[in-house]
Parts: sequence; structure tokens; C-alpha cells
Amino acid sequence: MVTKMTITNINVIDQDSAYDFYVNKLGFRLVNDIPMGPDTRWLTVSPPDQPDLQLVLFPVTVSKMFPQEVADSLISLIRRGTFGCGVLTCNDIFATYEELKTKGVEFIKAPTKEFYGTEALFKDDSGNFFSLQPINNFSNENNI
Amino acid sequence: MTPEQYPRIYLYRRIVQAKVFIDKYYLQKIDLDNISDEAYFSKYHFIRLFKSIYGKTPHQYLTTVRIEHAKQLLQQGNSVTEVCFSVGYDSVSTFSSLFTKITGKTPSGYLNYHKQRKQEIQSEPLAFVPKCYAFMHGWGENSNFEEATV
Repeated sequence: MVTKMTITNINVIDQDSAYDFYVNKLGFRLVNDIPMGPDTRWLTVSPPDQPDLQLVLFPVTVSKMFPQEVADSLISLIRRGTFGCGVLTCNDIFATYEELKTKGVEFIKAPTKEFYGTEALFKDDSGNFFSLQPINNFSNENNI
Repeated sequence: MTPEQYPRIYLYRRIVQAKVFIDKYYLQKIDLDNISDEAYFSKYHFIRLFKSIYGKTPHQYLTTVRIEHAKQLLQQGNSVTEVCFSVGYDSVSTFSSLFTKITGKTPSGYLNYHKQRKQEIQSEPLAFVPKCYAFMHGWGENSNFEEATV
């Protein structure tokens, strides 16, 4: 039986910039930063209250997994904002929205009331987008 | 106008300003009065609002931020005394007891654990990467990395 998600990845264009975004702006904790050759690192971070989930900030560089053509296409799609990477939760969406805006995070949707609760959308430094929602959007049994 | 009468967005902005102030100046000797001044609130009202938004009092939040930074400095191999003063504490014993209370490890134990981990990473970096990721990225092929063993 599968019980948990422990590691998942977010494809990023620049690992240094991604580190700054996820650690210094979102406030995620650095878990691993291990050099894997001249241009890439094994770089993983965790949300502050979820240390048992690691997000791999996976570099889209030319490799066995990403031949040149694939890497170019993927980078183009990421920059265009094609990929949604999940829902991040917070205690207070309005305070978090104000804080992240102060820190220079680009929002594509301000906190808005939807039928499932209040939601905002923002982009990371590469172009991946996330939904931001208050944790109480998920505390109602009707949402499960 | 009392703080209770302010439009909610102004209250949010002031509390967020105070949090960002802590995030920016946590290495300095800031106290609650500095922080509530930053938010232009009475201390009592400020603490109540801050806790309602962040789930911690400003003092608890400041301690959390300092200890998180201390963890990073210890991971980099700095001594416990250096780290204590770097994150704004005057007393090593106060710092050590707070660190132990929050992380469950003494600062020296944490430092030693990460020194050892760093050595293991240097000698066998691929042991810290799930095989599937290493394979997909071609790490370990035509390189001097040795394969991890179970």
C-alpha cells in the first residue's frame, strides 16, 4: 500500500535562482545541496512544516533524460507558464499574499473567492505556477 | 482610529511588514518593542494579531528564524560559539538550551552529525541521490562518482 509522497520534482531553468526563490522568498528549508558535476547539483528543499516531503529542484540541462531538443522545448514550455506544480497551503492567505508580493513574487491571480475557498496563483522564478490556498480550504470533509 | 477600526488590508500590511522586518534583521538585537514599533501597534494588540496570522508570537517567530539560521551555519561547519553570537545571542548556554529545545539535538551534536555527513557526501555523493534521478540525469556515468551500495 502506498502511504506517502516523499520526493517529487520541479523542473527549473536555473538552480541558483530556484534556490533563492524557494529558500529566500517562499521560506522553504534546504535539505540537500550536493554538487553532481560542474553545472548541476542535487538540490532539494522542504516546506517549513513538512520536513518529510522533499521537492527536487531539478535542472533542465542537456542530459540523458533531456536531449538538446527536449531541453529546449521544456524550457520554452516552463517559461510560457504551461506547468502547474501543485497547491501550497498557508495559515492566512491574505498575509501570505502580501508577504510574497513584498518579496517580489509574481502573482497571476490575487486571492479570489472560488467555490472551494479562497485561492491565489503565483509563478516561481522559472515560470512554473502554484496555487496558494489557506489550509482550512482542506479541513472540510466535503473536500475529501 | 483604533487598530480595530482599520480596514483589514492595512492590518495585514503592518503585520507582514513586521514579519519581513524580523526576516531581515533577525541577526541584530531586535526586541519586541522594535518590532511593534515597526507595525505601529500597541505591543499587546500587535502580539495578538501576529499570533492569529502566523500561529506564533513575534518572540517565538524570531527565535525560530534565529535557530533555523543557526542550523544552516552549523551545517556549514561553524563552531557553536561563533554561531551563537552570529544569530544574535549573548550567552552560549541560553542559545544551546533553546537550540536543544527546538531541534531535539544539542548544537554540538548537530554540528558533529553534519560534519560526518559532509565527509560521507564528499566520499560517496551518489549515496545521497535516489538511483532513478541519478540514472535519468546520467550522473555516475563517465564520472568519478562511485555507485552507491546498499
